Amino acid sequence: MVSVPKKIGVLNLQGAVREHILSLKKLGADAVAVKKANDFDDLDGLIIPGGESTAIGRLIREHQLEDRLRAFHQEGKAIFGTCAGLILCSTDASHPTEDLRLGFIDMEVERNGFGRQVDSFEMLLDFKGIDHPVESVFIRAPYIKSVGPAVSILSELEGKIVAAEQDNVLVTAYHPELTDDMSVLEYFLNKAG
Amino acid sequence: MSDKIIGSAKVKRGMAEMQKGGVIMDVVNAEEARIAEAAGAVAVMALERVPSDIRKEGGVARMADPKIVEEVMNAVSIPVMAKARIGHISEARILESMGVDYIDESEVLTPADEEFHLLKSDYVVPFVCGCRDLGEALRRIGEGASMLRTKGEPGTGNIVEAVRHIRKVNGQVNILKTMSNAELMTFARDLGAPYELVKEVKDLGRLPVVNFAAGGVATPADAALMMSLGADGVFVGSGIFKSDTPEKFARAIVRATTNYEDYALLAELSKDLGEPMKGIEINTIQQAERMQERGW
Repeated sequence: MVSVPKKIGVLNLQGAVREHILSLKKLGADAVAVKKANDFDDLDGLIIPGGESTAIGRLIREHQLEDRLRAFHQEGKAIFGTCAGLILCSTDASHPTEDLRLGFIDMEVERNGFGRQVDSFEMLLDFKGIDHPVESVFIRAPYIKSVGPAVSILSELEGKIVAAEQDNVLVTAYHPELTDDMSVLEYFLNKAG
Repeated sequence: MSDKIIGSAKVKRGMAEMQKGGVIMDVVNAEEARIAEAAGAVAVMALERVPSDIRKEGGVARMADPKIVEEVMNAVSIPVMAKARIGHISEARILESMGVDYIDESEVLTPADEEFHLLKSDYVVPFVCGCRDLGEALRRIGEGASMLRTKGEPGTGNIVEAVRHIRKVNGQVNILKTMSNAELMTFARDLGAPYELVKEVKDLGRLPVVNFAAGGVATPADAALMMSLGADGVFVGSGIFKSDTPEKFARAIVRATTNYEDYALLAELSKDLGEPMKGIEINTIQQAERMQERGW
């Protein structure tokens, strides 16, 4: 580990913010909830957490954070989107135009692709770059229908892509922050700073 | 790789974690559901009548017509919740079979069983239940509830009972945190709560599931108040669609919930909203008619 802990922001508009912060702290990172444009200035990385993508997208716009998020991405800072965060990071062209898509990863997404809550599940899943199957919790989860050439696929389930990365942006359809398995968050921390 | 596990505590409680900081709105048809979704609701509660109408019209209040629930499920992409009567196993199973995302075992409806709540751990679908104090909260978790909410006094537009309930629960959690392990069994007895859950709350320093505010939220300031008292999010029942300007109210309550400490913004959000729902003074409601007295 580096001597100065990495500072990671968790976008604090709606959703599972606390779980990410607790997990990041367990890994020795300096984790903070971020809500205002200048909160982003000294971050090494950002997590866009799970929640409702329509609600978070609307709040990003109302808080005038869209430009700040795009600038943060342009600076090459690490970004990790889980579940709703994955949807927000996509380029998804099939979505209703009023819903925000940041286009950080070249991919098309199927929202609620595994069904409703009664179909939600947890399981152990292989992840490219991690040496053991990781605990994965899927909650009304999306999946990635297709990716562009610059995207690396990290995990698949039943032929559906559920984790991917492009440059400094990582996305998972599931929630590593709801488990005690820190390996995916650690993988992200290694990309940051 | 392993097999998929459905209906686990992690999956059911996790669903509620994703709703945190959000607003869940009561709706009675597809059109209201679309308005709620567009306003930024994190889920909708599909009902036949909102609590204030149930209160006004009287009679036995039951699970909504499945057709209404289905219409709402088809209208929006956000989660859809629905209410079953306390202890009504068949209503709960019917809603589960329809694939609703969360069931509220709710005192807003007329209880079907005055002694036993549902054994919620038996179901794949997660449940939310109301509570007035820590004992009630932990009894519901003991039965398998994956999410809690204050009972408040539904359909009144009066926040006083919801405030009483969240203060009570969080005050008791704070007392528990300062206790020694030797005191826990007696505290569990006094609360009427399972010992293991009392111990878990002490070790965690908080409830093991999400706790929303409900029962009397009528204005953006009410929603902000409940958040500042430690609620994880807000249910709004009659408050939105019984107001003069539902779209505006819905949007304002969503923003107030996220920005509950930004008082200048709250002032802006509260301007020109028109008439909120008409409220009821709690003392004018007879004890026997208080919905919060249903369940134990």
